[in-house]
Amino acid sequence: MTITQSRRAFLGSGAALMIGMTLPLRSRAQQGPAAALDQGAGAAMPDAFAPNAFIRIGTDDTVTLLSKHIEFGQGPYTGLATLVAEELDADWSQMRAEGAPANNELYKNLFFGLQGTGGSTAIANSYMQMRKAGAAAKAMLVAAAAEEWGVPAGEITVSKGVVSHPSGKSSGFGALTEKAAGMTAPDEPVLKDPKDFVLIGTDLPKLDTKAKSTGEAQFTLDVYRDNMKTVVVAHPRVMGATVKSFDSAEAEAVPGVTAVREIPMGVAVYAESTAAALKGRSKLKIEWDLSKAETRSSDEIMADFSASAKEGGVVVEEAGDSDAAIEGAATVHEAEFRFPYLAHAPMEPLDAVLELKDGKAEVWAGAQFPGADQQAIAQTLGLKPEDVTLHVLYAGGSFGRRAQTIPQMGMEISAIAKAAGGDGAWKLVWTREDDLAGGFYRPMTVHRMRGGLDADGNIVGWQDTVVNQSIMLGTMMEGPDANGKDATSYEGSTKMPYDLPALKVDWVRKENPVSVLWWRSVGHTHTGYATEVFLDELLEKAGKDPVQGRLDLMKPEASRDRGVLEAVAKLAGWDGQKVKNGRGYGVAVHESFSTYVAQIVEVSEVDGKPKVHKVWCAVDCGVAVNPNVIRAQMEGGIGYGLGTILHNALILGKGGEVTQLNFDDYPMLRINEMPEVEVEIIKSAEAPTGVGEPGLPPVGPALANAWRALTGTSVTSLPFGQAGV
Amino acid sequence: MTSFTLNGKDVSVDVPDDTPLLWVLRDELRMTGTKFGCGIAQCGACTVVVDGMSRRSCVTPISTLEGASIETIEQLEGPEADAVRAAWEEIDVPQCGWCQSGQIVSATSLLRMIPKPTDEDIDNAMAGNICRCATYVRIRQAIHNAADTLEG
Repeated sequence: MTITQSRRAFLGSGAALMIGMTLPLRSRAQQGPAAALDQGAGAAMPDAFAPNAFIRIGTDDTVTLLSKHIEFGQGPYTGLATLVAEELDADWSQMRAEGAPANNELYKNLFFGLQGTGGSTAIANSYMQMRKAGAAAKAMLVAAAAEEWGVPAGEITVSKGVVSHPSGKSSGFGALTEKAAGMTAPDEPVLKDPKDFVLIGTDLPKLDTKAKSTGEAQFTLDVYRDNMKTVVVAHPRVMGATVKSFDSAEAEAVPGVTAVREIPMGVAVYAESTAAALKGRSKLKIEWDLSKAETRSSDEIMADFSASAKEGGVVVEEAGDSDAAIEGAATVHEAEFRFPYLAHAPMEPLDAVLELKDGKAEVWAGAQFPGADQQAIAQTLGLKPEDVTLHVLYAGGSFGRRAQTIPQMGMEISAIAKAAGGDGAWKLVWTREDDLAGGFYRPMTVHRMRGGLDADGNIVGWQDTVVNQSIMLGTMMEGPDANGKDATSYEGSTKMPYDLPALKVDWVRKENPVSVLWWRSVGHTHTGYATEVFLDELLEKAGKDPVQGRLDLMKPEASRDRGVLEAVAKLAGWDGQKVKNGRGYGVAVHESFSTYVAQIVEVSEVDGKPKVHKVWCAVDCGVAVNPNVIRAQMEGGIGYGLGTILHNALILGKGGEVTQLNFDDYPMLRINEMPEVEVEIIKSAEAPTGVGEPGLPPVGPALANAWRALTGTSVTSLPFGQAGV
Repeated sequence: MTSFTLNGKDVSVDVPDDTPLLWVLRDELRMTGTKFGCGIAQCGACTVVVDGMSRRSCVTPISTLEGASIETIEQLEGPEADAVRAAWEEIDVPQCGWCQSGQIVSATSLLRMIPKPTDEDIDNAMAGNICRCATYVRIRQAIHNAADTLEG
């Protein structure tokens, strides 16, 4: 399967690529591809007015956003609904949201060219599209009211969900739906001047909070179908291993187990209940074929990466003669930073439900690229893609895990259906062990850094050799213009905001059977750490202040980097003292996905280990559509990043076997480790950019810089816990 | 056959003795608000109340529950539960939401025992509940807010 559109586009150029703005339109009378809408609530609400593929207005006045972006906590249901409601002039209380079904054409991410969520693009790519969708719907409602009342449309106003005319006539949206459906949608609906916004920029309550506070929210694991079998799969614990042979006699003897089948991913156990399936799986005896597997340990792979770092790779950014500059420097500083593989560990492990009946498949999944899963399922089962209906449900976290470079879940659930033979319904359940040992990790990475200072402490040369596996090369995400490079491997090491006279960034691509994937903030997870710690060390050697030293180095055009750094320094009351009252303070600033974030961390030492008390955070994400969601994403990104930096390494042990299988040995940040977080959002009129990922990259280096200030120890091999801290 | 009270109603189930309560709630009784996260009592997503105490349903065999009284997120009742839910909604605690049933059950249990918990009380009571989205800042704030509400 090939998907020609490239994810590189947005990764390379971010929000600048807002092209091909489309608004798939549909009234009730229309037919064709937009029939996907009928799977939404057409059936539940036959009189609903669907002015386009994104909005459904019910006769009960409710306005439902069909979100082309999956909701797993980062807030697109609320954010996209805000954009629609703003231009529709709906009242917030009448807004609802649900996931749009799989349809690459109707629901494509305008940055990707296919339906997908990732790269913190949901608001950025939807900003104009959802506003237009709302404005078009409003125009149709107004036209309907004008006809109904026999008045000019220009005299009608809409506010808080009420359509009114100076004559005293007024109506809710619901009473106008039938007539509005017969109106023509405007090609270029008129949008508001941002100064007239009443909802964008306010702390609207999230649409999904109530359902998630009562247990009512429907996730994939909550889907049950008649006569459904629950299926668990015995996957290999060594990357790239395959089934050589297996003995399922004991597994099949477990009451409730109905079948055991080999599928390409492992051995599938089908049962009447989850408990029976799990018990059955535990009784399997499997011999694995390791001939194509990665049987080296993490330590062995890291040693190989480290050796490659000394040799250097393909140059991805260069200015001046950095070799000569460092050669002639008064002071030369070198460091090697080591980053382990990491699992995403979303709280809901991967799962999917598929029902096959009369040549059609219905699927429920927390799919992040649902169109790709839909195609994979169709291919496995020999169906046409349009005969596969995929409902995108709430997902219990992702952090990149559900954005697959190969449609893994679609392939696995359809392989299960195919192996079962005939019609039926199946729920695939992954356990935490499947999740942690399941590959698709943040790539293990080495950064070999070299820097030179002149006698006055000015940085004269900078070199950064990055060594890791490529996420995209060789997958459906590799664009036609990839040319052997993958910016996700080194993004953030390039295009730094600092004016360095001589610089070289090069990349060594490693290949091995360990599957890798984007993990919340992707390349920035390691480039932010390596660059901001190494820079801080150079500033320290030069006797410069970490805040002022950075500001002095920033390029004139780096105004937004400068803005967040100055803001966070003010917020934290930075006074140049890196240690006060037994606490260390460190700073870092890093742009990712066109959003700028600076953080200051306050840390103390308790029993030789870091205790993080507070994180100050300044963020510039352009227009702040919902400040409440932005603050939540900064808090969450900080917590996610902090737990990782402190605790996590996904380790391949002897023979390449994953040694951590659950939260007892792959520890998560807990509430007692969570610092206080104070967030300032920079006021901006720039186009909005994402917030799901950018809160993460600065927290690690800011912590490392604070810890070094406090203890004198530089942590270059992560996590802190395995560096003996 | 094991008989117990679930959210005030008498229930009997006929499943193997070692079946964890979590899967009985979900697969047999279709009470899906209680979530699976780890299966080894490390994450708290499956937290329910058994005879007044919070318990990890993923490691609680059904056979140990004969005659027990069980509360789940769906019917968690009383002033503490109401205050917790209201506080959760007031400051939008949930992100992905998967762990939040367990968080709310644990927070309710805490307030039933300690009406005005300190930060340390909250750490002790809530450290068993992982939130991978790290909504901890808001969980802490919401528990304090709920306690303030209960104090009137």
